[in-house]
Amino acid sequence: MTLIDLANPTKFLALTARVLPWLAGLTAILLLIGLYQSAVAPDDYQQGATVKIMFIHVPNAWLAMFVWGVMSIAALGTLVWRHPLADVAAKAAAPIGAAFTFLALVTGSLWGRPMWGTYWEWDARLTSVLILFLMYLGLMALWRAVDDPSRAARAAAVLTLVGALNLPIIKFSVDWWNTLHQPASVMRIGGPSLDRAFLIPLLVMAIGFTLLFVTLHLAAMRNEILRRRVRSLQMMQASQQAA
Amino acid sequence: MSLGPYASFIVTSYTLVAAVVVLLIVWIAIDYRLQKERLRELEASGVTRRSGRQATDT
Repeated sequence: MTLIDLANPTKFLALTARVLPWLAGLTAILLLIGLYQSAVAPDDYQQGATVKIMFIHVPNAWLAMFVWGVMSIAALGTLVWRHPLADVAAKAAAPIGAAFTFLALVTGSLWGRPMWGTYWEWDARLTSVLILFLMYLGLMALWRAVDDPSRAARAAAVLTLVGALNLPIIKFSVDWWNTLHQPASVMRIGGPSLDRAFLIPLLVMAIGFTLLFVTLHLAAMRNEILRRRVRSLQMMQASQQAA
Repeated sequence: MSLGPYASFIVTSYTLVAAVVVLLIVWIAIDYRLQKERLRELEASGVTRRSGRQATDT
């Protein structure tokens, strides 16, 4: 099966049926290993055991941005290449991305209270991630509000690409402004500044959560393709009854 | 494993992440069943796809 074959929803459905059980199994194994490593990881000399929140906060924060990146590529697919699955991919990814962003915000807040002394601070990193969360909700509302799927797809694609401008702001906010949030400690020039005892569980959890996203996204895309099939069959049924 | 004086923050974080992930999985699974059920109903009512395949064929 070539990449171009995946433009056909029926072939895409056949692929997801084969791949999803393996992906789900691999995701579960990686997350279990990551959870075990997080549980046995040593306490940080400054943060104590609260460093364990990092192992779930960072993967969710990374996915909050990654999912919008995926949706931005899908938006290009809708506007430039008019790929039949592009809007399906973007629409299916949005609620999953919103969930990861919500978790990044809440776990960050729960980590911030003991470390910073506050649940929330209107600094550049926290505010830009909150804006990302609101943009996810806005996009989901847009898809629901517009009846014509092709009009909704184009409007959502434009909004997604405009929203992508927020991604570099989130990433570099800790460098450009004085923030309460710590600067990057994994993806930085000069390599990660984390000790291996924290870095390895973090990377395992990050890969596990990324696979979780891929699994959920494929399953949600499969649902969206079926939903569109239901819609087109209902329209055929209505036109047959009217004739 | 001792979680120290801030154990409630750590436990709440992990519990919340687990709950949201489970909710996502359940939501997607229910949605799949719902779409398949609708397709079965349409198939039973005699509607076929333009390709001639059955509505529930994947």
